[in-house]
Amino acid sequence: MDEIDEIVREFLTESHEGLDQMERHLVELEQQPDDKELLKAIFRSIHTIKGTCGFLGFTRLESVTHHGESLLALLRDGLMKLTPEVTSLLLRTVDTVRGIMATIEAEGHDGKEDHADLIAALEEAIREHGRRKGEGQGPPADPEPTKVEAPEPTKVEAAEPATVEAAESAPVAASPASEMGSAVTDSTIRVDVELLDRLMTQVGELVLSRNQILQYAMDVKDTAFQAASQRLNLITTELQEGVMKTRMQPIGNIWQKFPRVVRDLSVSFGKEVRIEMLGRDTELDKTIIEAIKDPLTHLIRNSVDHGIESPEVREAAGKPREGLLRLRAFHEGGQVNIEIADDGAGIDTEAIKQKALDKGLVTPDQVSRMSEREMQQLLFLPGLSTAKTVTNVSGRGVGMDVVKTNIEKIGGMVDLQSVRGEGTTLKIKIPLTLAIIPALVVTSEGERFAIPQVNLLELVRLEEGIDGLEEIHGVPVYRLRGELLPIVHLDQVLHLDHSRSESDKVDFDALIAAHHAWRGRLDRIIAGEEEVDRGVVTDPAKCALGKWLYGVGKDRFGQLAEWRLLEGIHRRMHESLGLVIDEVEAGETALAKGHLATVDGLIRETVSDIEKLRDATLSFQDATIVVLRADDRSFGLVVAEVNETTEIVVKPLGKQLKGIPVFAGATVMGDGRVALILDVLGLAQEASVVSAVGRERHVSGRAAAAQALEQDLDTLLILGVGDAQRVAIPIGMVARLEEVPRRALETAGEQEVIQYRDSILPLLRLSRLLGAEGTGDDPESLQLVVYNDDGREVGIVVDRILDIVEDRVVVEKPSDRPGLLGSAVIQGRITDLLDIRRIVRDVHGGKTELSERTA
Amino acid sequence: MSATKQFCSFFLEGHTFGVEVTRVQEVLRYQPMTPVPLAPEVVEGLINLRGQIVTAIDLRRRLALPPRPAGASPMNVVVRTDDGSVSLLVDEIGDVMEVAEETFEEPPETLKGAARELIPGAFKLDRRLLLVLDTDRVISGIGVGSGTPGDG
Repeated sequence: MDEIDEIVREFLTESHEGLDQMERHLVELEQQPDDKELLKAIFRSIHTIKGTCGFLGFTRLESVTHHGESLLALLRDGLMKLTPEVTSLLLRTVDTVRGIMATIEAEGHDGKEDHADLIAALEEAIREHGRRKGEGQGPPADPEPTKVEAPEPTKVEAAEPATVEAAESAPVAASPASEMGSAVTDSTIRVDVELLDRLMTQVGELVLSRNQILQYAMDVKDTAFQAASQRLNLITTELQEGVMKTRMQPIGNIWQKFPRVVRDLSVSFGKEVRIEMLGRDTELDKTIIEAIKDPLTHLIRNSVDHGIESPEVREAAGKPREGLLRLRAFHEGGQVNIEIADDGAGIDTEAIKQKALDKGLVTPDQVSRMSEREMQQLLFLPGLSTAKTVTNVSGRGVGMDVVKTNIEKIGGMVDLQSVRGEGTTLKIKIPLTLAIIPALVVTSEGERFAIPQVNLLELVRLEEGIDGLEEIHGVPVYRLRGELLPIVHLDQVLHLDHSRSESDKVDFDALIAAHHAWRGRLDRIIAGEEEVDRGVVTDPAKCALGKWLYGVGKDRFGQLAEWRLLEGIHRRMHESLGLVIDEVEAGETALAKGHLATVDGLIRETVSDIEKLRDATLSFQDATIVVLRADDRSFGLVVAEVNETTEIVVKPLGKQLKGIPVFAGATVMGDGRVALILDVLGLAQEASVVSAVGRERHVSGRAAAAQALEQDLDTLLILGVGDAQRVAIPIGMVARLEEVPRRALETAGEQEVIQYRDSILPLLRLSRLLGAEGTGDDPESLQLVVYNDDGREVGIVVDRILDIVEDRVVVEKPSDRPGLLGSAVIQGRITDLLDIRRIVRDVHGGKTELSERTA
Repeated sequence: MSATKQFCSFFLEGHTFGVEVTRVQEVLRYQPMTPVPLAPEVVEGLINLRGQIVTAIDLRRRLALPPRPAGASPMNVVVRTDDGSVSLLVDEIGDVMEVAEETFEEPPETLKGAARELIPGAFKLDRRLLLVLDTDRVISGIGVGSGTPGDG
């Protein structure tokens, strides 16, 4: 690139623009074949390129453009009629010219290929005209298109693939024609994007300085200064908007290729499609424009390929032969909305359903609970393509999920709405720019963090504090509409506990000791060994506990019964202290001594109430669960407070901090302070490190397992076998519970297996193991408990999953039956404890007494 | 006749340190700081420098000096590095000093640990020493997972 001098570079840039315009005009021209202005514009475009490349010595390029120009000259002079074949030929010329220009850009010369076939085709088309002329055909040429035998691959003859600019954009379409000849370059200059980025950063700094000055202006109350700062305010805002605009490009820049795409596709599919474009002036940040180009093209191809039916089918359905593809872009709520709508066949949810089932992406049970809309969303699942035939355009099974991923990567959303027989609408919402994203600001342990809105699903307020959470074997979960949501505590993941602000911290032990000490102090006061300030002693708000109790303690725990209890008793205690001190001062030592027992009781009550409040505060915490999505899994992030949603400017972290996976960057908040932006995926990964599953991996042998069972594996999954037998498995050992159709059962050797997550899962029938008669509640499906230890998986087929209980398990009767550890009384019933490790070992090891028994 | 160099001086635990003025971007009073959880210990937090986010490094920890007394607010010496600006937290800022290159001497062998690595030498001033700080080394040794060199 560097070797190419300025002139060539300029030539390439201008020619690219010229070719884009030419292409658009050609497609338009098909619709309005008599538009002389369009023809002239097209002719001028190619003429300019030809002239310049001759001058620059690109002879091959000149040759191609020369032939194209000759054909266009005939069209322009009305000596020849435009047919789809001729249009295709001219479009092919455009493509070839583009290809040569790419070669020039890459290699500095116009390549070795002579493009003889294209030139021959062009010459043929020109000769054809001459022949017909010779036959006595007068100008304008025969309107019958079939007579022109252009060597164009398509056999579609009377197809009218056409493009119509929507009413709104019609003037836009007309103006470039007049623009073409004149110098477009006069009103625009090219600026390095890097320079624009730098300007953007500087404007950011200006905005912050402006904020400080405005703040200062409020304080000084100098009208002249205030007026000046107001002007500064206004200008800064305008400047900010202006600089933002320089990075913006109309979406029309990428749309202009679509008429051609649609035309080519409809020609090759024998469909008739009209494309309408509304809101092509809608502007987006340059980086976003580039990011959505490919997904949009894919969606358009999809619509023409799968959405819009062939003309015959359409007529039969009572629709116009010509299908309509409508692109619409508009700004709404700080976001850009793009809609791609077709009036085609709509989405066949039955087909999707079947496909998803066939590929094992969903289970029949899941499908049966799905609404029509949810089924349509299945389209976005990886590996699902509904095209009946695989065409070269779409239907390769890497469709919508890639589109969705790409859109989400830039913080966007895709939604799909479809009505069978009426059409499909895809709605895309994307942010205006990547540098500024909407975020939710949360607080944990006094620190603010920003969570990108993209990852946010919902907020759940924990009314009862973190007491509302439950645990599965040490892992906190929350029951959200019946489903268990894994919980991550933000303060724990970030190890924030130590940074708790000092004022919040309260040392209950010290408070208890201080109040305990009053008993001894009173003795000394009565004995005249200690003097105290009566005013301080009698005021319950003046001691260390009081200060906390009426300050932070009241703010945070004022609504707790324990707080009210302590407040009352503590006040009475200090009052009684005052009473005793008064009596001592009055010389009534005996009286004071007589009151000691009462005071003693109050002290003891106070101490015990401090302990009660301490316990209550431990479990009581203001909390909100922020439900987040990371990598298609959702989890709940517990934060102390949810502050606001706001737009934040994403800034990178310094090199020293890049290695921390839980942060995506930092941002400056409205008050000028820095807040960290959470990387939700990183956070999820960081948190799953503390997963409790597999913690007991080293424990082996039945005794150790039994011991582990007795000691800490107290959350148990209770399974039903046969008619009444109950079996328990520690839930920590269970990887997951599954329901599989009975027809999924296969056998490998003598072992029953199913295909599970791309591998073979050996099955074990618990009923056979226990010698019970397997019943099974469901004739259609099997209940599986999947157990995984170091990658060795076993599916245990059970008849019923009864319950999950938390209980203290004591093995009452050790068992000598293989596969069982012993029996225990759980929920008042005899329950067998399964030696699941042993079972897995046996199944994987192949032969032992166990498999004999199961055989 | 000897060549001179200009150093921006600052104080840490009673010692006078110096960084070449050409490396110093600016000097700031105490700035509100946002702590970074899970960050290396020497990273005190992030400050907002006119919209730019700058990592602040506690030089006391980096040099294995005793912690800053409670309640004392550090000042920022913002230095330019290859990875953008970084702020070094110091007890107090001193003057810009012009020192003669000939008064420079390398540290004695007895200087050990973090200081040895970060202090290439000292200028002998009238009544005190100006300890030269190698800012590149101060910063390059910090990273997640590389431990906290301040302890060494």
